[in-house]
Amino acid sequence: MDNALSAAAADSARIPESRSRQPVGLVFCCTILGAAAQVLMKTGANHLAHPGLLGMLGDLPLMAGYCLYGISTVLLVLALKDGELSLLYPVIALTYVWVTVLSLVIFHDDVNPWKMLGIALIVLGVAVLGRGGRR
Amino acid sequence: MRTPIANMLLVLLAAFVGSFGAVFLKSGAAELRKGWLNLVFSEDPPFFNWRLASGVSLYLLSSYFFVLGIRPPGELSVLYPMVSLGYIFTLLWSRIFFHEPLTRVKIAGLFIIVAGVFFVGLGSK
Repeated sequence: MDNALSAAAADSARIPESRSRQPVGLVFCCTILGAAAQVLMKTGANHLAHPGLLGMLGDLPLMAGYCLYGISTVLLVLALKDGELSLLYPVIALTYVWVTVLSLVIFHDDVNPWKMLGIALIVLGVAVLGRGGRR
Repeated sequence: MRTPIANMLLVLLAAFVGSFGAVFLKSGAAELRKGWLNLVFSEDPPFFNWRLASGVSLYLLSSYFFVLGIRPPGELSVLYPMVSLGYIFTLLWSRIFFHEPLTRVKIAGLFIIVAGVFFVGLGSK
């Protein structure tokens, strides 16, 4: 355990500067897939009859959501190989931005000023982190 | 607030478990040296990438708690900000386990994002 942890620590210390932005791009893709997954999971959770594991296994939209989550997790792992966890993990919050856009398009959810403000702040925060990753 | 404490605890637990999932994914990712096969297999005993497997398991467990937590009558406006506590946990674990530097830029970015998630939650019915 200690070996892998220190190897990971050494890895993130050794990132060449030119490559340090690529992981952010990977996490960006990961958030789009994650948002699609969440919309499917939300649909599934809404008509989840039994909260047990069997009920969840029989819930098609929920399972499709998990599959997309699987793919996005692989992308996240590839990103984490070369990037810092403390930098990349908050970028996942971009998922909220896509979810809000998707809910607007698919479920015709209302978009109110609070949500707009929240989305703008998340985008701003991710931009700040992206700048931090460049240095 | 009509959100039951049980829903809040479930979502907090989901955030906590998920932040450890991220830690295991990061340590498992360090093994990906030779290619895609390392997503499952490892060169060293026990010859399978148990760190990644643990990370994925913790993620699944986390989303199970999350799905249970956000069910009605849980209100997203109360529960979403709790999810973003997971980002703060993860920042701490990154510092403790991987010795990543906590720069001002990271802390500023993180708090802007947490505020953003808070407002998205506030706007959600």
